[in-house]
Amino acid sequence: MSQLVTVGQAFQQGLREEMLKDDTIFVLGTDLFIRGGHFAQIKGIGAEFGPERVIDAPISEAAMVAAGVGAALNGMRPLIDLNFYDFALGAMDEIVNQAAKARYLWGRPVPLIIRASSGIALYAAQHNNSLEAWFMHTPGLLVVMPSNAADTKGIIKSALRGEDPVMFFMHKRLTGSRGEVGGPDVYVPIGKAAIARPGRSATVVSSGIVVAKVLKAAEILAPEGIDLEVIDLRTIFPLDMDLIEESVRKTGRALVVTEEPPYASVASEVAASVQENAFDYLDAPVARVTAAHAPIAHSPQLMEAEIPQVEGIVTAVRQSFQRWPSSDQ
Amino acid sequence: MTLSQTPSTSPESLLKIDLAGLPLDDLGEWLETMLVIREFEDSLQPLTVSGQIPGDVHQASGQEAVAVGVMRALAPTDIVASPHRPHHHALAKGLTPRAVMAELWGRATGCAGGRGGTMHLNDFSLGYFGSNGIVGSALGIAMGAALAAKLQHTEQVCVGFFGDGGANTGRTWEFVNFAAMQKLPLIAICENNQYAVETFVERTTSAKSIADRAAGFGLPSVQVDGQDVGAVYKATTEARRRALNGEGPSFIETVTYRYHGHQTNEVVNYRTNEELEHWRQTRDPIERLKAALEDAGLLDASQFEKLAGNARDVVEDAIRFAEASEAPDPATATNGVIGLAFDSKGAA
Repeated sequence: MSQLVTVGQAFQQGLREEMLKDDTIFVLGTDLFIRGGHFAQIKGIGAEFGPERVIDAPISEAAMVAAGVGAALNGMRPLIDLNFYDFALGAMDEIVNQAAKARYLWGRPVPLIIRASSGIALYAAQHNNSLEAWFMHTPGLLVVMPSNAADTKGIIKSALRGEDPVMFFMHKRLTGSRGEVGGPDVYVPIGKAAIARPGRSATVVSSGIVVAKVLKAAEILAPEGIDLEVIDLRTIFPLDMDLIEESVRKTGRALVVTEEPPYASVASEVAASVQENAFDYLDAPVARVTAAHAPIAHSPQLMEAEIPQVEGIVTAVRQSFQRWPSSDQ
Repeated sequence: MTLSQTPSTSPESLLKIDLAGLPLDDLGEWLETMLVIREFEDSLQPLTVSGQIPGDVHQASGQEAVAVGVMRALAPTDIVASPHRPHHHALAKGLTPRAVMAELWGRATGCAGGRGGTMHLNDFSLGYFGSNGIVGSALGIAMGAALAAKLQHTEQVCVGFFGDGGANTGRTWEFVNFAAMQKLPLIAICENNQYAVETFVERTTSAKSIADRAAGFGLPSVQVDGQDVGAVYKATTEARRRALNGEGPSFIETVTYRYHGHQTNEVVNYRTNEELEHWRQTRDPIERLKAALEDAGLLDASQFEKLAGNARDVVEDAIRFAEASEAPDPATATNGVIGLAFDSKGAA
């Protein structure tokens, strides 16, 4: 068994391996060269690769992303580290109007990665926006959200070999989560979801940190005869609807659990697609368990009340079965 | 240095320009290109009225000396990015009138295959990294390209254009600061044509001049007469020399003027005809270069008429080319969004 590494270390490993292979890759962001990023996500890279490949930027998200877009258009593979995804709001033109549009308008690939820590944790409303649906809604961007160390490493490696702008979401509360990772030649494809737990009773689609909560819910429900199939999206865009629909055709039931506000969300998109494409297989409406449509509060008691918890997931699954029993039962 | 150079009491005679230090053998081509730009821009108004060009476009008649003065100081491999008023840059950088005109018409033969239109021209093979519809953004593209040039030691110098409007958006200065800190081979060029859409620069800009504001970012900054092609050329040449020498970015404010409105079909009621005529009569960049060449014995009337006739022919040809070109295939409307396969779901 290989050594367990944290999600942060897995990211660093994947980046380092690709930087050794491709000298057009560079990293640009704040507090990177010495500190290695606020989540130690590139710790040691500065010392190993030097200041031309690990560039400390002024706190100007617009300048950081513009530097990445222009450099990508001129032959480089920049990895722009925005620290927290909330700070991407300072670079929305550069992301939405420049990075996402260049390929369509100009036929010019933009091999650019924008990494930031995301998801809901401490520090209240302005550091806890869930912007994945915003970027999913923007044609021209890929959006990825790994839930574990192996996928973090494998997906960053794929992103660094692709030709599209990739929004790389790393949940703050997963930074220290440990797991096995693949070797230098293991690439996790973008656009492919994974079955985190096979089952036959109901399909639960989730991503990022929520996958672990859904897996706990599955353990609680198993003794009741409810055998959840848990799908980890891994990539938010493009969604792997083939895998989801294949699962739903098998289970006849779908729930989506995400840590984001519900309106026009990733969960909404999955739910709509499932009912459009697998309606005949469904025994029940597609259920959504999401965060609340509210800014995130500072108090941990308030914060936890706003986001999906294991108990809420369990309840949603039970309610689905109670109100709409399976047709074969 | 002042924000605006609209004098009210100057004599109404053409100001002279100095040809000393310019590549005299090339000046005929400079004049020819300026004439093509003028003819191209002045042809667009009726084409937008007729709907042959969908929507309105931003013309740069009056700003020819900025485009030609800058581009002729660059190497073909140097990189240029433009804002929303880009035709003069694109034509001076080497895009053909056909490729630009067809793009304005939305034709498959346009330089963006009909996908971009006036604000998304491009030809990367010519170092033309696109025109841009967002104020200030082209400078960011050029700045990032300059970072790549520095990291890869490509000897490219990158030019990002913006206007007096762009001089009041925060990202412009974020890019200038970044470029200065990284010592990037970038030339930031403000085309101060006096009006941000309809608002006079002196009503929006708290500074002695835009160049003066830029100097605070710790890079060389000059204000030049943007209607003097030689002055623009010399300033760009010096900035390029610095960039190639590893001395970092430079800032050039070119004081210029657009003869038409912000866009075709705009009702221009925010400036006087007297002001427009003053700029035309005293500072027209084509007339000034023509007069200087005539004074130097490098051009006579028949030679000028030949160049002007050629410009008309070239633009008429571009219009015929656009008209004869096919529209892009609607079945391709959602192609090429990303490299991966996905379901675009909507129409097409």
